[in-house]
Amino acid sequence: MIATKSIQFAYEGVPAFELPDLEIGAGESLLVLGKSGSGKTTFLNIMAGLLAPKAGEVLVNGTSLYALRGHRLDKFRGKNIGIVFQKPHILSPLTVGENVALPQFFSKKSVSRDVDRMLDELGIMDKKNKRIDTLSEGEAQRVSIARALVNDPKVILADEPTASLDDDNAGIVVHLLKSQAMRLGAALLIVTHDHRIKSEIDQSITLKRKDL
Amino acid sequence: MSMLKLSWKYLLAKPWNTALNILLLALGLSIITVLILIQDQFQNKMNRDAAGIDLVIGAKGSPLQLVLSAVYHIDFPTGNIPLDEARAMSRNRLIKKAIPLALGDNYEGFRIVGTNLDYLDLYETDFSSGDAWKQAFEVVLGSEVAEKTGFGVGDTFVGSHGIAAASHEHDEHPYQVVGILSPTDRVVDQLILTSVESVWYAHDEAHDHDKMEQEVAKTGFPEATEDEGRELTTLLIQYRNPIAAVQLPRLVNSRSSMQAASPSFEISRLFELLGVGISLVQGLALIIVLIAGLGIFIALYNSLKERKYDLAVMRAIGASKEQLFILIILEGILLTFLGAVAGLGIGHFFLYILVMLNEQGALSGLRADVFLNQEWWILAYALVVGVVASLIPAWNAYRADIANQLTK
Repeated sequence: MIATKSIQFAYEGVPAFELPDLEIGAGESLLVLGKSGSGKTTFLNIMAGLLAPKAGEVLVNGTSLYALRGHRLDKFRGKNIGIVFQKPHILSPLTVGENVALPQFFSKKSVSRDVDRMLDELGIMDKKNKRIDTLSEGEAQRVSIARALVNDPKVILADEPTASLDDDNAGIVVHLLKSQAMRLGAALLIVTHDHRIKSEIDQSITLKRKDL
Repeated sequence: MSMLKLSWKYLLAKPWNTALNILLLALGLSIITVLILIQDQFQNKMNRDAAGIDLVIGAKGSPLQLVLSAVYHIDFPTGNIPLDEARAMSRNRLIKKAIPLALGDNYEGFRIVGTNLDYLDLYETDFSSGDAWKQAFEVVLGSEVAEKTGFGVGDTFVGSHGIAAASHEHDEHPYQVVGILSPTDRVVDQLILTSVESVWYAHDEAHDHDKMEQEVAKTGFPEATEDEGRELTTLLIQYRNPIAAVQLPRLVNSRSSMQAASPSFEISRLFELLGVGISLVQGLALIIVLIAGLGIFIALYNSLKERKYDLAVMRAIGASKEQLFILIILEGILLTFLGAVAGLGIGHFFLYILVMLNEQGALSGLRADVFLNQEWWILAYALVVGVVASLIPAWNAYRADIANQLTK
């Protein structure tokens, strides 16, 4: 579902570095581990189509991400890639339901699954018309997962999704991500240094910075 | 969800800020609206009331005062002119028609104007009930007078001396209403019309009842012998040909005890005088609108700083740069659109109050419920302010670096 090929990246004033080639198939999960500063988040941003690499290619379901230009890339990301951030980052002027419905509006994707079912599966149906500031942190993270998954993405990318959660909520979040990815037949990639996740997902790679 | 709704939600997230911006813009635009409405209607009304009157002849004094009193019935007359001299002047070959006016009395602030039936023709009036006067002390009411006083045909009332309300009454001579005019939207709506004779007899010390029962003059000048020393207040003149415009005023001003004033000239002079004040207020309103635009710019610019993350998240879930650009522009447009609608509303309401408080003054007869084409321009102007004010914030949203924002 997602594959990277010989990706190189460079920040200004820092030597360029190389990122590993990887491939995740439908329904498979992969952990990307590594110390901070090892380029984990950069790697995730590149795979999400948010940050163009210096060289190399990202293939999502056979489409080369960075061959898409301008709004095509945005729409492709909206339809095919679900991103979960470390913090929920829910849009505060909107209700829970409106937040979850937003990706469908922006990407104009007609999805068979409606917002209600998504909320139901993540156990936050009763919060649908609530304002964001009434949610607990665990609930907020579930809203952000619902938002990432509502378009039935082919690839789910999660950046430290459990870092700010307690043990119970961390367990729920990882479990949800895994089961939803399985059900959707999506590739799941979690970038983390959280040891609580390691036991849940078998496959992992550890990122080490390889300067060129 | 739509872009408009999304923009609206973000505006509602800061209700006080949004309300303040809308209010400030509305204030500036309402001033412009009132000015436009007053200027347009006032000028229109002035021109309509003076239509068909080429020249006013009256006692010497301020020509502007003469025109205001004789044509618009707002100022006091400059004095009276001798009937003989007026009649002699009216025979001049340059004059097509001369309508005599005798002012002096009022009823509850409505002026009683002694004239002849030519005056009714001048304003192209129709009777909604009754007919024109035939004898002294028979009067015809303008539509507004009839409405305000509630008088109908057959009712009688007593006039007061002077042309403003609350002066002493001529109790011996009640006027009788014989006709009521249909609304014309001109000055005649606010007048009580009668024959010149009625005004004369009302002021006579001795009462000759035979004379009062005779028919009055319907056109031209009323009969009077020289030793009676009768007077008129003004003559409204229509020229026979364009040469009259050059020769007649000079003739009147140099060869008689009277003066001539041209309504169109005096009114354009009046607007010139008022113009300075109007431009000043207009300038002030424009500055308020500019400040409102600046306020909208600052509000959007500041909220953008707090919202960079929101915008980055929107990009991550499929929004394009163009959509974010539109989102911010829509916020500016929404703010200014609401401000403009509120401003137009407040402007009309303000004029309504002004007219209500000024029923018999210069603003009477103005309407608050008319919509001018220029008001579309106010709306367009406001929207341009909105787009301009949101352009820079929208551009910032357009080129924001999302990956950087999301990892902060």
